[in-house]
Amino acid sequence: MSAREEVLARLRTALRDAPVEPEPVRDYRREGTTDPEELRALLVDRLRDYKATVHETTPDGLPTTLSAVLADATVLAVPADLPVEWLAGHTGEVRADPDVPGLDTSDAVLTGAAVAIAETGTIVLDAGPAQGRRALTLVPDRHVCVLFAEQVVATVPEAIARLRSPASPLTWISGPSATSDIELRRVEGVHGPRRLDVVLVGAADG
Amino acid sequence: MTIPHGSGNLVGLPFPTAAKPRVRDIGLRANLRRATGTIRAKRAAVVEEVERTGDWEPLREAGRAIKAWTMRNLPELLERFETAATEAGAVVHWARDADEANRIVGDLIRARNQREIVKVKSMATQEIGLNEALAAQGIEATETDLAELIVQLAGDEPSHILVPAIHKNRSEIRELFAARMPGTDASLTDEPAALAEAARRHLRAKFLSAKVAVSGANFAVAETGTLVVVESEGNGRMCLTLPETLISVVGVEKILPRFADLEVFLQLLPRSSTGERMNPYTSMWTGATDGDGPSDVHIVLIDNGRSATLADEVGRQALHCIRCSACLNVCPVYERTGGHAYGSVYPGPIGAILSPQLTGVAANKSLPYASSLCGACYEVCPVKINIPEVLVHLRQEAPKNAAEKSAMATMGWVMRSRRRYEAGLRAARMGSSPWRGKGSLSRLPWPMSGWTSSRDLPVPPRESFRDWWKREAAEGTGANGEGE
Repeated sequence: MSAREEVLARLRTALRDAPVEPEPVRDYRREGTTDPEELRALLVDRLRDYKATVHETTPDGLPTTLSAVLADATVLAVPADLPVEWLAGHTGEVRADPDVPGLDTSDAVLTGAAVAIAETGTIVLDAGPAQGRRALTLVPDRHVCVLFAEQVVATVPEAIARLRSPASPLTWISGPSATSDIELRRVEGVHGPRRLDVVLVGAADG
Repeated sequence: MTIPHGSGNLVGLPFPTAAKPRVRDIGLRANLRRATGTIRAKRAAVVEEVERTGDWEPLREAGRAIKAWTMRNLPELLERFETAATEAGAVVHWARDADEANRIVGDLIRARNQREIVKVKSMATQEIGLNEALAAQGIEATETDLAELIVQLAGDEPSHILVPAIHKNRSEIRELFAARMPGTDASLTDEPAALAEAARRHLRAKFLSAKVAVSGANFAVAETGTLVVVESEGNGRMCLTLPETLISVVGVEKILPRFADLEVFLQLLPRSSTGERMNPYTSMWTGATDGDGPSDVHIVLIDNGRSATLADEVGRQALHCIRCSACLNVCPVYERTGGHAYGSVYPGPIGAILSPQLTGVAANKSLPYASSLCGACYEVCPVKINIPEVLVHLRQEAPKNAAEKSAMATMGWVMRSRRRYEAGLRAARMGSSPWRGKGSLSRLPWPMSGWTSSRDLPVPPRESFRDWWKREAAEGTGANGEGE
C-alpha cells in the first residue's frame, strides 16, 4: 500500500464510529463601519500604531506627495505596470521590475495594493495592477504603498470577500517587518522592509 | 487495522524529573515570568478590543466548529486539497511517519544537488527532527526565524511554540551572537533592535543565494490548494519567495475546508499568539506561479500519530490546535518549569495533551500529570480545546503504578456514594487536626498515600458546607436559599 493510501485508510479507520458533525455556524461579525471618514481615521490610527508612516493626499496631489515621500530614494524599484503619472514629480533613477540583485541595491519600492483592512491596519497585495511580483516588496529596505480610499474595508471578512482568488500569491502586510522574539517585546525591522510608508489617497476635494 | 503512533522529538525524561532542576533555576524563572507576563497583557488588550464588539465568542465558536467539521471529514478534504494543489502545479507527497517525511525531504534536496537550505520556523519539522536527519545526509539547514536561530546557534532546544528562545534574556542572546555569529564583534549591544539588525546582516546573503527552502504551513485550504504561513520578521517571505524550490511539511490536521474560513483564523491567531491585531506578514500561495516565486513546489503531508489521535473521541480535539501558544503563556506550571521540562517540541498545556497522543500515552505517561487542572488554558484557547477534559481522560488511559491505581480506585469508590463521601470528609477533618495551621496535607495514610505522594491536599475545613447547611436548616436561621 502506498503512503497515501495507508494514511487515508488510517484516517478512515479512526473516524469509523465518529458521529456526523453539524455544519459550522458562522455568526460572527462580517461588516464594520462603511462611513468613509470613520474608515479613514481607523486605518490611519492602526497603521501608525504598528509604526507605519502615513501620508494623506488627493488624486491630483498624488505625484507631488510621492515626490516628497521619495525624495531620498536615489534608486526606486517599481512594478512594470505602475501608472506613469504617479512618478511625474520624481527625479531619481527608476527601475521597472528589476531582478533580485537590482532590488537589493534599490533604496525603495513603490507599489499599489489590492485592499486594506482598517480594523487591523493591514494592506493586502494580490499581484494585481501596480503590485508586481512578491520579491519587489520584500527585498528593498523601504516599501511605499499607494492606497485609494475605495480600497479600504473595515473587517477581515470584508477583505476576504474582495480578494479575487488565491490563485495568485497573496501577501498581507501589517506594519514594517518586526519581531517579538527577544523577551516578547516588539522590535520593528528585521528581514522585510524596515520602513513602510502608506500614501492614502482620499476623495478629490479632500 | 491498528493505527500506529508517531515518533520524533516528542518524548523526554519524565516530567517531574525534568522539571525539578528547572523550578530551582532563578534566572530561568525570572526570564519566563517577564516574558509570559508581557505577552499575557498584550493578548488581553487586543482580545478585549474584539470582545467590546461582542465578536470574540462567535469567532471562537466558529473556529471550534470549523475544526471539528474538518476533522470529521479529513480524508475527503485531504484528497480535495491534493487535487487542487496538484492542478495549481505543486507536487504532493504523503508520509506515514517522521522517518518517511525526513527521507522525502532529503531526497528532494539531494536530487537538486544542494548542500545548504534555508528554513522557516515550523513545528512540524521540529517534531520530525528534520534538521538532524538532513545533517546526517550532509545537508546543512539554517533556521531563519530569530528565535530559532538563537536556539540553533546555542545548540539548544526550543522551549516555546511561538518564541522558542523565551528562556533566554537579551544579555544571554547578546553573548551568544558575539561568540557564535560570524560578522559580529564585541561592540554589539544587548538592545533588541541591535540584535535583530545583527541577525538581518547575518542571514541576508543566505536568503539571496538559497536555492531550496523548507517551510511548514499554518493552514492548508482544501478548496483551493492554498498554503498559508503567518509570520513577523519577513524571513518567511524570503524563504517562500526567493528560492527556486520550496518544500512545505504540513501535518494532515492543518486543513481548512474553504478559503473564506481564513477570515476566522486570521482574526483568532494573531491576537492569541503575539497579541497583535494582525501579524506583520501573512503569505498565501497556491502551487507555482509563473515568474513569481519558486517554480518547483512540493508539499509533504505527514501523519506521524495524527490518525491515532483522531481515533480517540475525547482526545481528537487536540488536533484543532492552531499553535498560538496562548495556553503556555497563562499556565502556572509552564511559567515555573519552562518548556524544556515537557521533553517535547510541544510544551505547555497543549503539549501535555498532544505529545502523549501522538506517541501513545504509554510512551509519554507523565505529561498528562504536568498540570494543576486550573482551566486557564481552556479559557484562552481560541478554538476552545477543552484541555483539562483531555488531561483527565489521558490520566485514565495512562498505565499507573499499583499505589496510585489503588488510591484512584478508593477515591472513585468514596466519591460514587454521598454517604461514604460525607463520612470520608468528616474522617479527614478529624484526622487532619494535627496538621491544622499548615494549610495543606502532604501525606495521607495508606491507601490514600498514593494520592498524596505527588500532590498536596488542602486541609478540610472544620465543618463541611453540607454539615453547615444541615445545621443551619435545623436551627431555622440561614437556609433560605433555593434548591440545587
